[in-house]
Amino acid sequence: MTRGARMARIVAPAALGICALAAWEVLVALNGIPPYVLPGPLQIARTLVADWTGLSAALAVTLRITLMALAAAIVLGVALAILFAQSRWLANALFPYAVVLQVTPVVAIAPLVIIWAKDATLALLICAWIVAFFPILSNTATGLDAADRNLADLFRLYGASRWQTLVRLRLPSALPYFFAGLRVSGGLALIGAVVAEFVAGTGGTGSGLAYVILEAGYRLQIPKMFAALTLISAIGIVMFVVLGLIARLALRRWHETAGAGEE
Amino acid sequence: MSGAPLVALRGVGKRFANGVQALAGLDLEIGPSEFLAVLGPSGCGKSTALRLIAGLAAPSQGRIVWDRAAEAATRAPGGIGFVFQEPTLMPWSSALGNAMLPLRLAGVPRAEAEARAAAALAAVGLAGFERAVPRELSGGMRMRVSIARALVTRPRLLLMDEPFAALDEITRWKLNDDLLGLWATERFAVVFVTHSVFESVYLAERVVVMGPRPGRAAAIHGLSEPAPRAPGFRTSARYADSCRAVSDLLSAALAAPAA
Repeated sequence: MTRGARMARIVAPAALGICALAAWEVLVALNGIPPYVLPGPLQIARTLVADWTGLSAALAVTLRITLMALAAAIVLGVALAILFAQSRWLANALFPYAVVLQVTPVVAIAPLVIIWAKDATLALLICAWIVAFFPILSNTATGLDAADRNLADLFRLYGASRWQTLVRLRLPSALPYFFAGLRVSGGLALIGAVVAEFVAGTGGTGSGLAYVILEAGYRLQIPKMFAALTLISAIGIVMFVVLGLIARLALRRWHETAGAGEE
Repeated sequence: MSGAPLVALRGVGKRFANGVQALAGLDLEIGPSEFLAVLGPSGCGKSTALRLIAGLAAPSQGRIVWDRAAEAATRAPGGIGFVFQEPTLMPWSSALGNAMLPLRLAGVPRAEAEARAAAALAAVGLAGFERAVPRELSGGMRMRVSIARALVTRPRLLLMDEPFAALDEITRWKLNDDLLGLWATERFAVVFVTHSVFESVYLAERVVVMGPRPGRAAAIHGLSEPAPRAPGFRTSARYADSCRAVSDLLSAALAAPAA
């Protein structure tokens, strides 16, 4: 990618965003829309600063749940995928249940999880994990099966053990697939964490951004709702960018999609 | 070929699970350190024959007979080298990493494997490219890495499945000559599958011509020219005559009704 093209990828959405925010601010000011219906961006920014103590604490809680859920999704998703790759029979037996877990809406499962899990954090973590793990599992499983057939034959020819084939051929082959899944799972972990907290509605200490939104809604503190929403979006965007960056660095030397045309 | 064959296919047939009979009644003998070319149209079962010799698949009919004295050494891991039509390299690994794969799989310590792989890369003209990954190499260079990987274990038998078919003519000629040079020094046996008459005549001591599927050896053409060929052979009248003879055999094999 040329320098100009790369700049355009940053400048274009940024310019669009600034224009939209300016139009929003002008619209609110000109029509005299009260803040409890629609606050302007400047007022939301002021609220972010004024309520930063409370908001940052909530941000930390949501971020922690999201990252922990993502970590659990990586560990268990990859472990399950490797397990699936060992036996076609096992994969056939287990995969439908992974799909069931994936297609059942987390809002429907969350109340049960909250009842069963003693600890509120643990309940949220489980819910977020349920939402997040599937793309990693299914992508990694696909990648483990996508190793070059001729290379697999070559490993057989040289008498490679199951372990050698897994470590030297199948896992590296699965890496691009894993990273594609990771990027999706990152976003899903955040969605899972927020949705679960909405359902749980835990108050008091240790509550995250979803609870801030709920509470601010009850009190008609609409600017605060928007401020919390902004922070949730920010987590999502930062995660997307960071995970993409990690994938690019890890695959830079060999995978076509990573560094294509960078030279 | 003189003396006992290293490996012989006797009436070998292969029927796949989907019912396709790829080979039927194939007889083939490969002498120790012989350069044998297998020539035939696409889909005649040439590649299947190579996979059977390599032990990657079992014949449905017939037998594959190995020379008693050489069998253990040849069929042990590393005794057979295989070069596919595609370079078939691990894209995440350097030229050195790819070339030393067979040694690492056999448990050779890293330092020794690196030294031997570097020597194999140098032998195929890739000294200085040890750290390059496949993406950074040209098609011909990738194929050289693939050949280095096949030769790093010093195999008794090298199986090549249309290895240069995807390369341009100039690169192909260069690789042909380099392959003959390696064969002259290492004296492994080669089974070289190709669908090019010119390539088969240029490289091999004997050319086995196969008919359409189900494949069988329709004709065998022995080449009197001393191997490896002297420079200028490619433009000689003898080369042209041999090409014409093999071409005629191929036409006859294609015209004959499948048995």
